Amino acid sequence: MKDKTETEQTAKATPKGEVFVWITGMGLAIGLLMIFALLWVVLKNGIVVFWPSSVAQIELREDRDSTFRGGTTAAGVILEEYDRDVRDLTEEQLESPDQRDRRQIRFFSGNRDAYGQAFAYLMLGDIAEKTYPPEIVRAERMEWGDAIFFPLRLELADGTQIDAEDPDFRKRLRELVDEVRDRRQVINRIERREIGRINLEMRSIEQDLRYLGGMEERTEAQEREWERLTHRLEELRGDFAPLEARAQELRATNRENRLHFRLVTGEERSHHLGEIVNFYYPNDMSLVAKVGLFFFHIWEFLSGYPREANTEGGIFPAIFGTFVMTLLMSVAVTPFGVLAAIYLREYARQGPMVRAVRIAINNLAGVPSIVFGVFGLGFFILFVGNWVDVLFYPRSVETNTPMFGTGGILWASLTLALMTVPVVIVATEEALAAVSRGVREGSLACGASKWQTIQNLVLPASLPGILTGLILAMARGAGEVAPLMLVGVVALAPNLPLDTVFPFFHLERKFMHLGFHIYDLGFQSPDSEAAQPMVFATTLVLILLVILLNLGAILIRNHIRKKYAASAF
Amino acid sequence: MNPEQNHSTNTGNRQAATSRQEVSQQQIQVEAKDLGERASYDPHYIRIRNYDFFYGATQVLFDINMDLPERQVTALIGPSGCGKSTLLRNLNRMNDLIDGIRHNGDVLIDGESIYHPQLEVISLRKRVGMVFQKSNPFPKSIYENVIYSLRVAGGRRKSQLDEAVERSLKRAALWDEVKDRLHESAFSLSGGQMQRLCIARAIANDPEIILMDEPCSALDPIATGKIEDLIHELKENYTIVIVTHNMQQAARVSDRTAFFYLGKLIEYGETQQIFMNPKNNQTEAYVSGRFG
Repeated sequence: MKDKTETEQTAKATPKGEVFVWITGMGLAIGLLMIFALLWVVLKNGIVVFWPSSVAQIELREDRDSTFRGGTTAAGVILEEYDRDVRDLTEEQLESPDQRDRRQIRFFSGNRDAYGQAFAYLMLGDIAEKTYPPEIVRAERMEWGDAIFFPLRLELADGTQIDAEDPDFRKRLRELVDEVRDRRQVINRIERREIGRINLEMRSIEQDLRYLGGMEERTEAQEREWERLTHRLEELRGDFAPLEARAQELRATNRENRLHFRLVTGEERSHHLGEIVNFYYPNDMSLVAKVGLFFFHIWEFLSGYPREANTEGGIFPAIFGTFVMTLLMSVAVTPFGVLAAIYLREYARQGPMVRAVRIAINNLAGVPSIVFGVFGLGFFILFVGNWVDVLFYPRSVETNTPMFGTGGILWASLTLALMTVPVVIVATEEALAAVSRGVREGSLACGASKWQTIQNLVLPASLPGILTGLILAMARGAGEVAPLMLVGVVALAPNLPLDTVFPFFHLERKFMHLGFHIYDLGFQSPDSEAAQPMVFATTLVLILLVILLNLGAILIRNHIRKKYAASAF
Repeated sequence: MNPEQNHSTNTGNRQAATSRQEVSQQQIQVEAKDLGERASYDPHYIRIRNYDFFYGATQVLFDINMDLPERQVTALIGPSGCGKSTLLRNLNRMNDLIDGIRHNGDVLIDGESIYHPQLEVISLRKRVGMVFQKSNPFPKSIYENVIYSLRVAGGRRKSQLDEAVERSLKRAALWDEVKDRLHESAFSLSGGQMQRLCIARAIANDPEIILMDEPCSALDPIATGKIEDLIHELKENYTIVIVTHNMQQAARVSDRTAFFYLGKLIEYGETQQIFMNPKNNQTEAYVSGRFG
């Protein structure tokens, strides 16, 4: 009996000190909660953009004075329903017994060209009824965002008309829109690839000609070059014209057929099919079809080029730019950081000097990133870049069209590499320090030199730690925006930094970046409300891209860990 | 066996790193080995003269003078902190890694000072192999562990490396246990096997001297017995200096024993004599277990 009470006492006594389990656990829980809340907001708002939601037709009550664009019928995708701010309510609404009089809906009505705005608000109490007419169409357009309408008829090039009630109408419209899409792809290929290549060469020739033309006297060789370039320019212009004509012709064909439709307000309008990217009947779709369209929208978003000041279309150039920049940054930061860490840890005489250097490096991680941007601008672009131009592209200096003397993906990557190098140095130093003395001494006792020991044993054993540093550096670098604005990021880049034109890698080019894209959409766009869902979707993509890059590094790290298992022996 | 032929095969795997002088030295040794002339060894192979050693301001060795004979086992014993490990680690200049060390006096191996300015510490360590207290196999395969010293010396020929692996593992009495899994990780071995692997690694490039720093302190009695047998066999070919805390071990494996206390060499002589008939009181107290 006595024994039992004793064990009970000890059992009770143990948890006393264990209050720290709760405190530490709470710390983790708060962190996780905030991260998941952030992810949830981004995910919820980002995913909505791609889902083909049903379109409601809203009839307003005749006995209220609330109207929609002058009428009593509205249509759109209802986005949210919420209690309106009390300060915005009228006396009547405040006193109304009906709760619905104090609630408001926000919906996407589309048709920005006709209505002036794509979003609208209505009081819930003003709504008489909501219906979901199956014949309503939502169409993505090249301009003005989406349109929501009732189709009336198709007017074909040969003058025939197909009425919307015609059983063939949907099939015919689908065929025509698909043809338009195919033609648009051909136009894109012509303009981006073929005309793009000619354009680039013409630009460089024109630059050379400007340089030669600006000279007082020309040598014979320069005279010959002038001749040759003028001739080549003529040739290129010759190549250019038919391509341009072909693009124009395709465009004209796309404009031949017209779609007439009626807006919910009663107004009749029409578009030629060249303006319509895609269309669907949101209220007349099976779930499978909706899911299919959902993934198609995601694919378009990931693989497409932006339209309409980036608020529509895809973000492929931004994904690609971010990816290439992060890779370039990793390539630059790793050797740099690892070499510095090896010197600091392995070769430098440990003393106050090294300690000071280490503190300086740690503090470097706390310098505001915009300062790195300014440094990148001053050092990489204005100093290094200018000298590269002076030495290798003297003509670009003469004609004031700098190659490397202006922002570009190379300088942006190097600036970020500089910004993240402390992370890599600190992580590498820790990893090097963790390699046991026994292994080092064993190697030296075998007659290995210090460098051989580092190369054969210390570095392989520290690789996982080095990669951890790289993962942290990538996560920080990929999401950084402020310094990029100074060193080469643009809202819309005409060309990717990597293409089929020699020399394939164009490190001097300006580029698009997801982080800057988010900033541009959210804060610089003329219609920020329309851009808001895109902001979330882009954020989601940026987070996913960072996760993907990290996952790659983590996989490599695990592979190496397995290979050098128990290296901390 | 033709000594001429033997010479060429034996020096083959050392050529990359050894100087001409060392090669001729080796030749003499090899011939001596082959003739089985166990008696004709150099009794003053390692000579330690007036040796003081300091870590910063702390002096840890005081005026050590001792001669270690060739191809015999010399045990260094004494209580913790008496400087025996420090002395051992100075024989291949492993203490050079520590900042603020200093010494007076000299250590000569086969007549050459290990502190000679022309002597590279790397070539010294090729002649003086070392086995550590805690077995420290590299995170590599068994095969790569054994030939590490050849690899860092630039050895590339497969046949030569294979031959060195087999020879070293056989000498370290490990060959039969691992010959079928040479390319598995060295961490798959047991503690005793790992220590024998480290011995195989230390002898792979044919050093003249093997230093052992308490090689059995982390092993069970069976593994310890194997290592001790191995030491017996190795002394046919190598000069061995061993630091041990285990009095019985010193008595079992060594030919000569040196007793250190507080950085001073108290007594040095035939093992038999040190254990049975010590001249010094402190030595007697220590070996009989009355202090230490």
